Formats: sequence, structure tokens, C-alpha cells
Amino acid sequence: MVAVAAPRQLPRKTLVLGGIVVAWLALWLVFRNVGTLPLDASALTPLHRWVNEINDAVGASRNSNPLFLYFFNEIRLVIDEFVTFVQALIAQPSFGRPVPVIGWLGVVAIAGFVSLAVAGWRIALLSIAGFVFLGLQGLWQESMDTLSLTLAAVLISLLFGIPLGIWAGLSDRANRVMQPVLDFMQTMPTFVYLAPLTLFFLIGPASATIATLIYAAPPAIRITAHAIRSVPHDTVEASESLGATRKQTLVKVLLPSARKTIVLGVNQTIMAALSMVTIAALIDAPGLGKTVVKALQTLDVGTAFNAGLAIVVLAIVLDRVTTAATERRNLPRWALFAGLGVTGVCVYLSYTYLWAAEFQTDVEIGSSIRKGATAVTEWAQDSLPLITGGFKDFVTFALINPLQALLAESPWFLVALVIVALSFLIGGVRSAVVSAVCLGLLVATGLWQDAMITLASTLVATILVMILGIVVGVWMGRSRSADRFIRPILDAGQVMPAFVYLVPFLALFAATRFTAIIAAVVFAAPVAIKIIADGIRAVSPATVEASTALGSSSWQTIVKVQLPMARGALTLAANQGLIYVLSMVVVGGLVGAGALGYDVVAGFSQSNLYGKGLAAGVAIVVLGVMLDRLTQAAAKRWTN
Amino acid sequence: MARHSVLGAVLVGALALAGCGGAKVGDTSSGATGDCGTFNLAVNPWVGYEANAAVLAYVAEKELKCKVTKKELKEEVAWQGFGTGEVDAVVENWGHDDLRKKYIDEQKTAVSAGSTGVKGQIGWYVPPWLAKEHPDILDWNNLNKYADQFKTSESGDKGQLLDGDPSFVTNDEALVKNLNLNYKVVYGGSETALIQAFRQAEKDKKWVIGYFYSPQWLLNEVKLEKVKLPEYKAGCDTDAEKVACDYPDYDLDKIVSKKFADANGPAYNLVKNFKWTNEDQNTVAKYIAEDQMKPEDAAKKWVEANADKIKAWTAKA
Repeated sequence: MVAVAAPRQLPRKTLVLGGIVVAWLALWLVFRNVGTLPLDASALTPLHRWVNEINDAVGASRNSNPLFLYFFNEIRLVIDEFVTFVQALIAQPSFGRPVPVIGWLGVVAIAGFVSLAVAGWRIALLSIAGFVFLGLQGLWQESMDTLSLTLAAVLISLLFGIPLGIWAGLSDRANRVMQPVLDFMQTMPTFVYLAPLTLFFLIGPASATIATLIYAAPPAIRITAHAIRSVPHDTVEASESLGATRKQTLVKVLLPSARKTIVLGVNQTIMAALSMVTIAALIDAPGLGKTVVKALQTLDVGTAFNAGLAIVVLAIVLDRVTTAATERRNLPRWALFAGLGVTGVCVYLSYTYLWAAEFQTDVEIGSSIRKGATAVTEWAQDSLPLITGGFKDFVTFALINPLQALLAESPWFLVALVIVALSFLIGGVRSAVVSAVCLGLLVATGLWQDAMITLASTLVATILVMILGIVVGVWMGRSRSADRFIRPILDAGQVMPAFVYLVPFLALFAATRFTAIIAAVVFAAPVAIKIIADGIRAVSPATVEASTALGSSSWQTIVKVQLPMARGALTLAANQGLIYVLSMVVVGGLVGAGALGYDVVAGFSQSNLYGKGLAAGVAIVVLGVMLDRLTQAAAKRWTN
Repeated sequence: MARHSVLGAVLVGALALAGCGGAKVGDTSSGATGDCGTFNLAVNPWVGYEANAAVLAYVAEKELKCKVTKKELKEEVAWQGFGTGEVDAVVENWGHDDLRKKYIDEQKTAVSAGSTGVKGQIGWYVPPWLAKEHPDILDWNNLNKYADQFKTSESGDKGQLLDGDPSFVTNDEALVKNLNLNYKVVYGGSETALIQAFRQAEKDKKWVIGYFYSPQWLLNEVKLEKVKLPEYKAGCDTDAEKVACDYPDYDLDKIVSKKFADANGPAYNLVKNFKWTNEDQNTVAKYIAEDQMKPEDAAKKWVEANADKIKAWTAKA
């Protein structure tokens, strides 16, 4: 059959694309290492110095400036009080008692009851098991501290996020203004604003909560807006033609129809908040993050893993509860009352009796988990480096080095020209202008070459993410049992603090750009895999059956039917994969990636490099916005 | 329906019964706090510091009856806390001339509280096996001879000099340039990266040279050897671009907030008098890092064995 098919004409676009790349290679040979705009690790530009001065001036005026005295202090007070109150309830000794108001039995009962009410029996059992597991790990108090902070950050995020999201959903103008702000909040590395936050809101729960909500609120806003926008037009029109006011339409029609999606936004906000636990620990946020950070000072992977696992357990419980909450369910009344009664008794017991207040330490599994994780790590570090080192060298020489040479050793104007031309091909004039502005900003940050090195690693990581995403995603999309087995592992990859697995990775791959890439892949691949799996599953079974009935092999069905029909999911996966990879740039800077990630880390650690760190943060945001807009434009073109 | 409510009632009753045994909350009262008040102690993220902080906190709590609040912070943030009143003391400071200038000289929110007695050293280190097999590597003049051996996937055609956590001062790029070394500085970015590299280098006899420092708990486990750079002379590192000499020895000191010093309470007195040796710190650091003791327990063990030193710290001025 293939032989009969007429040779297809290469589309003109492909030819132009090829032409651009060939011209780039030729010019690269000529102009190599000219105009690459490098900057030494300790060198600064006037812009960086200027930012330093502003930062110092703000710090110096802290105690006299009315903005601090009357504005930031008030915010801080309210948030501090709120978090401390939640901690007093479930985590910290409070009100003159040696234990919190509600002990472990009460918390477990409440968790079980809430899960029962919103998510059903099975999930209720899961949360009870999950919370008891936290206690068995020997991490009850730490987990409750983390839970308090997460709940506080999530509640505040939703308090502002949902109204803002509704507004952005109703008004195009509000949406246009909010988008870039949200991009900024999500891609600006936390390290950049961590130190200034403690200047504004002091060291304590308020700063940690605000750091968390800056990262966690955007999903709630975005998804709420998306939910409002996706309500079918007919429904809204029907409501309006029946004479409903705007308010009535919103409350009676839009919000109920969007409810399911909005709950998903809540879910994403919780996950994002949990992924901030370790970073917030750097400014003394209480809880599991501290345990992780402390254990890593002595490279105690076992202890760090145990605490990381507790974060994963919390995440899985909260995820399953909120996901199941999207379905309406009606529990029989007797079950609710019985549950309420049992919960009440448990809370009372945990308030009154020590055994129900403090988790007993005689039964515990934490030390076995620690020992197990340590043993596995040691085994991997002892027996694998020869193979893994070879793999690292192969990828570095075959993929990373050539790409980096092309991007970072070409003159800046050549790279800029190529990117603008590619953007024009992909998305027309609009895309070309967006890319041109972004590239201009990159030059202005003074970190062009670092940005190109980071871009090269980002692209390699995204390619690996997509390969993994397609292979595992298709597998999960086609097999329910594979999905059930793999999904918890993906959840773990997303919320397990990166440094826990980076310690063994450093032994396997040394401090290199490749280690940074692998870390990014571990974090970003789960998202891509989940999106692709859902996309594959959404392909109508009838189509797949038809293909099988025509005698296609599984391979043919996947390549000719399922993947092409899931291309919306594929482009979304690539887009999200890129953004998630970029959010790991800073972590990469901690394990040998250098470039922008290192600049940000250095800016957090040395006051005279603060301005440079901020500039590097902005460069990461700009890269993110450019790549996001480009992939979205490409997606539009490809899926239409 | 009725059967279900009965079941529920029975369940509730059973639970209530189960709870009737056991000690009640509040049966035992917690320890009282003394007149020392609250002592906000910053804890910077490395084990040596943790050792200082643990011992100080233990003595302040047990002997002076202070309420000690440990705050785990990076240096930058900790110093910032002097101004906002959130931090009373930083008890192991490595130089940090920039922070001194900003907070002691300009904002005047911090003052020095003297030496901790611990000497800090920064430099280039190699794993012990390398120093043994190629003793001449410990002189910088011979480094170029071995540059090829130190090549990695990150350093191109040069040897790799591995740097770590950017919190510590490094002149390495300038040093490489000014000493005409055929090396490239590769930024590992964290202490973890350095420790893993050195550990593995010693175990698998790999070639690694990198930035490191003492005192550090790893040196108890892997006795890294320092490479001799051109000798440090006062002022040879004033121009960061032209540095061609070794790092100075650091007299690690204590910094406290101005307010804390002016109040002159028992906790300040303790911080001011606190002084011990590298050996003392290494002992406590070993308890924490290798024996995996809790900092409080490590401190207790050391304090109980060194009562005389504690007496000197807590003596009234």
C-alpha cells in the first residue's frame, strides 16, 4: 500500500523551516562565540545594582515607613492570628494545655467524617487510614503543622481566588489584565521573593502563608474563570431570556454549572500549596518541610524520605477527597448523624484524654521506613553509577551540548532573529511580536547567555517529558489497571520534595545539567502523563473498536487513531510540561545546572547578588511566557 | 432505619466507654519559664551551626530558664531579622562583610558579640586517596598537570573545579583566571552536591577537586586534604577581580541584635561568653550528623561532660 501512494509534496512551511535552521547552522559556524552577551558569576550590571539599592532602601526604612506600620503589619497580624489559631486547634500546645485542643483521634475522626460527607465510604476509609499512617510514621505534630499552614493558605487563596476567577470569567478585560499577573505568580521562582517577604511580613506563619498562596492561588483563579466561561451559551441565554438579573444568572445558573470544575481548581490549589512545604521551611515555616530540610543537612535520605512520604500521603488524601467531591452524592441521613455522633465523641475524647490527644509512639513504622529508604539509596548509589554515568554522558554529548552550543554560542541577534522567524511561522504576526518583546526583555535582564543555557536544558527536559508522557500516557489510557497502579506514583512524583530524590540522583549523575534535567522530568512528567492518559481515554470507544475491527494492530490503532485524535491533549501536555519544567529551573540550580537557576539561588544567599537573582527570576518568567504563548499558538494551528 | 440508629448509638456508646480510662490532659503541669524571657535564636542551615545553637539553647533553657525559640533561617533572612526584632542572635558567622556593612555599620541594628573560638577555613580540597597517590597535587603549581583527569561532561576540555552553596564567599573564578589554571568552575549549587561528589570520589577513587571548608561534619568521615594556594596576605583579596591568593582564615563569630545587646539580659551574657573549640564543635556535630542524635540530646551529652566550660559561660560579668 505504501508503494502505491504518490510521493507527497513537502509543504512550503516545512521547507522554510528547514531553510531557517540550515541558515542558522551556517551563520553559527561563522559567528560562533561572537556577541553571546556572557556575564561572569560574580559580575553585575547597572540594573542589578539598582535593584540592590532599592532592596536595601526598603529594608532600612522598614521601621519608619507608614506603609509598613499600618498596611503590611495589619495584614501580617490577621494572617498570623489565623494560622496560629488553626495550629492551636490541631497542631500546637495551646490555651495553657500541653497538647492542642483536638488530639489525633479527633482529627482522624473529623477527616473521616468530612470525607464521608463529601466523598463517600471508600474515600473516608482512605483518609482515616492516611491520617493514622501519618501518626505511625512518628510525624503527627509535624504533619498537623503542615496541614494547618496548607489549610490556611488554601482558604485565603480561595477567599480571593474564586471571586477574582468569577470576575475574570465574566469580563474579558479583567481576564486580559489578570493573565500576565497569574503567569508571573506561577513562574516567578519563590526564592526571589522569599527574603523580601520576611521584610514585609516578618519571619513567621504570615510570610510562609503568603509565599505559599502566591504560588497556590493562580490555579483557583484560572480554573474558576475557565469554568465560568465554559458554561454553554444556550444555558446563559435561556436564563437571561427568562428575565433573570445578572446576579441571578450568576448564582442560579453559572455557579452551579461550573461547580464541578471549580472544585478541580480547589484541588489544584491544594496540590500547589503542598508543593511549597519545603521551600517555605527556609523561612521557618513549621512542619514537615523543616524535617526534610534538616535531614538533608546531613544527607539523611531516610528521614527526609519519611517526611516526604507524609507530604505525599497528605496530598493523596486531599486530592482524592476533593476529586470525589466533584460528584454530588446523597448519604442516608442516619449515616450522617451516626458519623457526626462518633466524630463528636472522638473529638471530646481527644480533648480530654492523653491517649487520644498524643499519638502513642510505641507502635510506629517511621524507623522501618527510614531504614528501608536508606538501604535502597545506598544500594542504588553503590551499584548503579557506572550505567547511569554512561547514560548521562550520552545524553549530554548527543543532546544537551549541541543544543546549548547552538543557542548560547550564537550571537544574540541571530538567535533572536531565528526565534522571531519561527514564531511568525507558527502563529503569525502576533506571535512574532510577543516573542520579539520577550527576547528584548531577556537582553535587558543582562543574563542573555545564562537564559540560553537554561533554555537548552529546558527544551531537552521537555522532549524527555513528552517521550515519557506519550509512552506511559498511552499505556495508562488503554489500561485501567495500569492507571490505578501508576497514578499514585505520579502523585508522589509531583509532591515529594525534590531534594529527597536529588541526593541519590547526585550520586548517580553527579552535579551536572543532566541531574537538573532529570529532576525537572520527575516533576513535570506526571502532569504530561495524566493529561495524555485522559486524552487517550476520551477518544470514543466506537472509533477504537472500528479500527480494531478493520484489522489494525494495537500499534496501528495507537499511532493512526488514538494519538491523532488526542492531539488536543498532546499539545496541552507539551505546554504544561514546559511550564512545569521551568518551575524546576531553580531546583536545577542547586544540583549543577548553573545559569539562571544558580543565579536565583545565589541571589537568595548573597545580598549583593540580590538584584541579579531578581533579574534571573524575571528572565525565567519571560522564557515561560514566550514558550507558553508559542506552544499555545502551535496548538491552535495543529488542532484546528 | 431504626436498626441503623441503634447501631450508631451502640457505636457511640462503645467509643465513649473506651475513652473512660487513661490519664487526663492537664494532669501533669508543664515546666515553668524563668525570668530570662524569650530568646530568639536563629539556626542557619549547616550542622556546625546547629551544634553551637543546640548547646546554647540547652544551657539557656536548663540553666537560665529562658524560653528559647529556634528559628530556622538562611543567613540573609536571619540578619534581616535583627532589624525587625525577630532574631536575637546568630551564633556562627562566616565573614559576611557585606552583611556586616549593611546591618552593623549602616542600619546599626546588629552588633558583634565576639568570637566563638572556632576557626573556619575555606579552600580547595581533594579526596584522601588522591592526595595519597599523587601527593604533589596538594600544591597548586601542579594542578595544570592533572587538569585532564578532572574533565567531566560539564567542564568541556578543561578540568572541573566544583563549587557548592553560593552562601559562602567564593573567589574561585578569579583564582582560576589569575593563576592561569586550565580549569572551569562548575557550580554544583548546594552543599549536598559537594558532599555527594567527595563521598563518591573517595569510594570509587574518582578525580574530584572542589571548594570546601572546615569545620564540617563530612571531614570526620572523609578526611579531605586541602590544596595549597598562594599564601594569603592581608589585603590580597580586596579587589575581587584580581584575587590570586588563598582564602583567609575565618574567626567565626557571633552577631546579636542591638536591642538584645542593650537589654544585657542573661541570654545575651551567655551568647557573649560562649566560646569553645573546633574540637568541641566537631564532637557535637558528630553526635548530630553521624550518630543521628537529636540536637537537644547531643547538646545534653556534651554539656554534661563539660560542666566547667558551661560555668564560665554562665558566670555573671
